[in-house]
Amino acid sequence: MSKTILEIKNLHAGVEGKQILKGVSLSIGAGEVHAVMGPNGSGKSTLAAVLAGRDGYDITGGEVIYNGHDLIDLDPEERAREGLFLAFQYPVEIPGVNSTYFLKAALNEIRKAKGQPELDAIEFLNVVKEKVKLLDLSEDLLKRSVNEGFSGGEKKRAEIFQMAILEPKLAILDETDSGLDIDALKVVSEGVNKLKTKENAQLVITHYQRLLNYIVPDFVHVLVDGRIVKSGGKELALELEAKGYDWILKAA
Amino acid sequence: MPTATDTIEDLVKTEYKYGFVTDLETESAPPGLSEDTIRLISRKKNEPEWLTDWRLKAYRYWLTLEEPTWPKVHHEKIDYQDIVYFSQPKPNKNAPKSLDEVDPKLLETYEKLGIPLRERERLAGVAVDAIFDSVSVGTTYKKSLAEKGIIFCSFSEAVQEHPELVKKYLGMVVPYTDNFFGALNSAVFTDGSFCYIPKGVRCPMELSTYFRINAAKSGQFERTLIVADEGASVSYLEGCTAPMRDENQLHAAVVELIALDNAEIKYSTVQNWYPGDENGVGGIYNFVTKRGLCKGKNSKISWTQVETGSAITWKYPSCILLGDNSKGEFYSVAVVNNYQQADTGTKMVHIGKNTKSTIVSKGISAGKGQNSYRGLVEIKKSAANARNFSQCDSMLIGNKCGAHTFPYIEVKNTTASVEHEATTSKIGEDQIFYCNQRGLATQDAVNMIVNGFCKEVFKELPMEFAVEAQKLLGVSLEGSVG
Repeated sequence: MSKTILEIKNLHAGVEGKQILKGVSLSIGAGEVHAVMGPNGSGKSTLAAVLAGRDGYDITGGEVIYNGHDLIDLDPEERAREGLFLAFQYPVEIPGVNSTYFLKAALNEIRKAKGQPELDAIEFLNVVKEKVKLLDLSEDLLKRSVNEGFSGGEKKRAEIFQMAILEPKLAILDETDSGLDIDALKVVSEGVNKLKTKENAQLVITHYQRLLNYIVPDFVHVLVDGRIVKSGGKELALELEAKGYDWILKAA
Repeated sequence: MPTATDTIEDLVKTEYKYGFVTDLETESAPPGLSEDTIRLISRKKNEPEWLTDWRLKAYRYWLTLEEPTWPKVHHEKIDYQDIVYFSQPKPNKNAPKSLDEVDPKLLETYEKLGIPLRERERLAGVAVDAIFDSVSVGTTYKKSLAEKGIIFCSFSEAVQEHPELVKKYLGMVVPYTDNFFGALNSAVFTDGSFCYIPKGVRCPMELSTYFRINAAKSGQFERTLIVADEGASVSYLEGCTAPMRDENQLHAAVVELIALDNAEIKYSTVQNWYPGDENGVGGIYNFVTKRGLCKGKNSKISWTQVETGSAITWKYPSCILLGDNSKGEFYSVAVVNNYQQADTGTKMVHIGKNTKSTIVSKGISAGKGQNSYRGLVEIKKSAANARNFSQCDSMLIGNKCGAHTFPYIEVKNTTASVEHEATTSKIGEDQIFYCNQRGLATQDAVNMIVNGFCKEVFKELPMEFAVEAQKLLGVSLEGSVG
């Protein structure tokens, strides 16, 4: 068994008094790709938000151990600096803030937290060039303001590019497939696959099976009404695609 | 975990860095305004009779005026008899002859403010005139400027040394009949800067004035006059700070710019008067008249302002585009936090043919601040082919502040083209969380988002001041995110 990166134990969480996660348990080891699937309203995005530390969610029970210590006590930026990355379902536009500048600031925060020296502009551009090559992306996106005026596909690609630069230990991809046509889906998935190593892990959250044609998970979990009702290998995703969620709901 | 709103509130709590008081012996007139006060000021400054008369005419006219109520700001009625109209550090003579004679405490103050007053400590390429309360305490670089025929000195000195220029241009753009605070300033102005760039000379360095209110109860009424003769150009920057005091202090300045044929004036302001505390107590009332006259053909006047201070800001740096093909520009960032109020904008009056104006205004409101943009674009009948582009963007931080836009457009020539764009956005928890999720702390995220919002204006500032402005913005908004 590989080294555990994330251990979620009986997690209960809600928003404005409404219980959404009702006891989620999940363990993710280094080198693994996990997919969490589920119907709308099952709590998928809440799970991503709670893990990233978004404001406005109440944790009412359970615990989350990341890298050997409690995650819930950390501010979102501290989680990020410890290598937790969330690829947003709806990446946010920040007008007037140059993408390169933004990403350099982010990378340097992470490096500082690791006790590494900050990169200057030239060193950073070298990192960028290397990753651009790896992901076969256009550098133009980086010359523009963060996500401003990007198409849906460009935004998702930019997220993956950020992920490539920041080299997270745990990447959570929240509905990264939503709003993508098939070509964009391929590009994004290939990027994610290239970024997979033996040391990191990926948690892919999705409604549809089609993303999992390109990002092949080691484990698939089905989240229904705030609980993981079934876990299995990648074949579970296909079964879900064929039979729909009703099958699971009935079985549960 | 702190909520974003808490963080904003923490950020707002940052103390005003320039709030110290310098302990100096001052010579002050008793509070109150009368013809005697004005004669006293004029006498102290050894002014010629025409100027004393001009002041008295302004005063008599002012008496007939009512304080305007149209700005969207609220404050207690100002008691004009409770203000000290003249206050100066107390050396033996009126003004020190050289920097060596300046009270070391004063120099210390300027050092705290980071002003390169002494030439050997100067920032390369910036000549500074520093106005402390009512008196100018020394102009750096005067000699090297003089070699090019450039006059850059205190207003008082200009009255003594170049009375013909002062007499010719004083009140040309802002006559004493212009408005309530302009008339008051004309009556009681104490000092300020004067700058004349002769024909064909490009001023080789940034000129700069630093204004400092120090004495309690005193008002500051400075007058700045900049003339760029034919083909001349100059870039000028002013900065302002004041101690933290519980009472409100009045600052009513007048700035007049005159550009002759083919001349260009760029005027940048970083205004950081004491804004009052987090409960809205104290702070400067900044009621200022700034106007430029593009008198000659192909002339250009550009205003750039970064307004972060003052309890109340009330100013409209404007351009009268009289010369054919002349250009006016206004770039503004106005920030209000806590209980600050700002009613600011510009007037672009197109008179000459083919005149062009550009307005870019960025208003940022945080805390319980109220920020209004008020602007007039007026195309006179004579202004064939006039062009204007206006863009007014507002950003709200938190949910207790306000942003207001009052654009006025008057077009009397059918060949004119006028464009106006406006947006209002809210700094979102989404944006902050996004930055947090990439490892950036909330304060850094806010600074980054706000600086991005203001980018179009900052790029107009001279380099070293753009950096200062960004920092200032960060300080002003500390604690303000939601």
